[in-house]
Amino acid sequence: MSLQVVTANRLRDGIVVYLAADGGWRQRVADAALALDQGEAERLMALASAAVEARLVVDPYLIEVVEDGGLVRPSRYREVIRATGPSVETQADLPSAAE
Amino acid sequence: MYRYDEFDRDFVAERVEQFRGQVGRRLSGELSEEEFRPLRLLNGLYLQLHAYMLRVVIPYGMLSSRQLRMLAQVARRYDRGYGHFTTRQNIQFNWPKLEEVPDLLADLATVEMHAIQGSGNSIRNVTADQFAGVAADEVEDPRVYAEIVRQWSTLHPEFTFLPRKFKIALTGAGHDRAAVRVHDIGLAMVEDAAGEAGFEVIVGGGLGRTPMIGKTIREFLAKRDLLSYLEAILRIYNQFGRRDNKYKARIKILVHELGAEKFTELVEAEWREIKDGTLELPAEEIERIEAYFADPPYETFEADDAGYLAMLAIDGAFRRWATSNLFPHKRPGYAIVNLSLKPLDGVPGDATAAQMEAAADLADRYGFGEIRITHEQNLVLPYVAQRDLHDLWRALDEIGFATPNIGQVTDIISCPGLDFCSLASARSIPVAQRIGRRFRDLDRQFDIGELHINISGCINACGHHHVGHIGLLGVDRKGEEYYQITLGGSADENASLGEIVGPAVSYDAVVDAIEAVIAAYLEHREPDEPFIETYRRLGAEPFKESVYGKESVHDAA
Ligand code: SF4
Repeated sequence: MSLQVVTANRLRDGIVVYLAADGGWRQRVADAALALDQGEAERLMALASAAVEARLVVDPYLIEVVEDGGLVRPSRYREVIRATGPSVETQADLPSAAE
Repeated sequence: MYRYDEFDRDFVAERVEQFRGQVGRRLSGELSEEEFRPLRLLNGLYLQLHAYMLRVVIPYGMLSSRQLRMLAQVARRYDRGYGHFTTRQNIQFNWPKLEEVPDLLADLATVEMHAIQGSGNSIRNVTADQFAGVAADEVEDPRVYAEIVRQWSTLHPEFTFLPRKFKIALTGAGHDRAAVRVHDIGLAMVEDAAGEAGFEVIVGGGLGRTPMIGKTIREFLAKRDLLSYLEAILRIYNQFGRRDNKYKARIKILVHELGAEKFTELVEAEWREIKDGTLELPAEEIERIEAYFADPPYETFEADDAGYLAMLAIDGAFRRWATSNLFPHKRPGYAIVNLSLKPLDGVPGDATAAQMEAAADLADRYGFGEIRITHEQNLVLPYVAQRDLHDLWRALDEIGFATPNIGQVTDIISCPGLDFCSLASARSIPVAQRIGRRFRDLDRQFDIGELHINISGCINACGHHHVGHIGLLGVDRKGEEYYQITLGGSADENASLGEIVGPAVSYDAVVDAIEAVIAAYLEHREPDEPFIETYRRLGAEPFKESVYGKESVHDAA
């Protein structure tokens, strides 16, 4: 069974977050609680459903991650982009936008 | 000039407050996400890959400088300092916070802007030729009718729950810049034998999963009959369009399944019933709306400006820009100026708050305070005196809007793709950037000439890949990004759908494949023959051979 973590978008601002072991929601996938088996994955999803009820996040789901040299990263490319932001430099990254 | 009437103003203000209440109830837990989702979509708010995304509607792509400044302010205050102009002549903000969206919408409402009918199964924002009212080749100004259609379709009680979304586009010129043949309804203004202007009515075009070129169901429709005829089409669609299958719900499928002839019969029969009723457009109403779009206070020039001609002769960089980015104006001594939002290494269609403000200032100084958005994701200043062109060009260069590439290989249409869009299969933007880098040499671009590359990150085809001369469609092959190549598409009056030329190529190989296509063109073209003509003359074979090698052509045959 592969490693899994729970991700969602934060309700109030839409930002991508991951469920941490302490039940909090963090912006870094590295901070996410790892589920090693089905039971653990279900337990995390139950926590996530409670967070939906509590109006913290929307649309939580499980994603597969891999450990790579001690670093956790999503295995699907879509989730890598969700985790790290657009793969291109956006205008916000350019000095002209920062005024 | 487009104006809100009282109805619009009150209605928009009411909607903002209504949405403020809905957001409040969502945040307080009275509304669940399931209950809230349709409400936010009705107000143009999506949840995308990284964050919420707000789509703000720009009717027929026309903005005042005041409105553009407000978009800049919104970008700075509520977003990350930029916005993205789309192929639907709209603007999208990629990072608004839900809790701030009601304030954002209230700010927009102060300049008569909103996000209504930017999504949902309604009649969407009406689009039109970006050179409307100024093009030298125009029969009549289509904005007048775009505005009439906008007013009619805004919250039309019968058509708020159509089987699927519905897009209407208009052109008033012989050369179609509004892609009317790939819309649910396309209206092309034409003249009848007596020289009276009216509409050719085209129905059932569209891109997406099942691309189709629209069928002309009426060669000539008198102006007074515009709304009754549209109403008849929408009624037939509403009645017979499929609601059982999302992928078969667009009007193009209905027209295809019934056949254009049968569909036309149904529409004409329905129309006869309602034709001379309340929807008839009286001449006074047309005149009233025409007044909104009166010409700006032009100066009178007899001929081309001598100073401009002199600058063209001595300044090569200016001449290159003028050749690529200016279009003929109906008035002597004026030009239509295209501002390229496709700089080297940029994101196609993106503009920063500072750029938007600078463009608004330039519009005020040189162009009667008006800006247009093109479906190719560029901006236009529609009324610039030739006398001012050299100064304007220098100012545009300073803000990065003077890339001389309009209509050329690096003027790429690209959807947001996997970098932003939750529906995407693959990225679009970095592919556009890599192609841009490969063809960055201006002489080479210029030599290649008119060539439209369109990129979509998935089958929904927001990047119009089917009608690109070269189209790229991102697909997911076991978690890897691949791109299907289509050739020979075109969105103008000779609209055609591109043909798939072979197996999809990888992210790494896609730029080489494009280069191979272009190499085949350069090898086979006749003097002054643009890419699309060479393709139509020779067919796909030499291009396939160039991309995939001789072997594969024979394998595929
Ligand atoms: S074509 Fe697909 S990936 Fe691109 S914006 Fe549309 S839905 Fe998103």
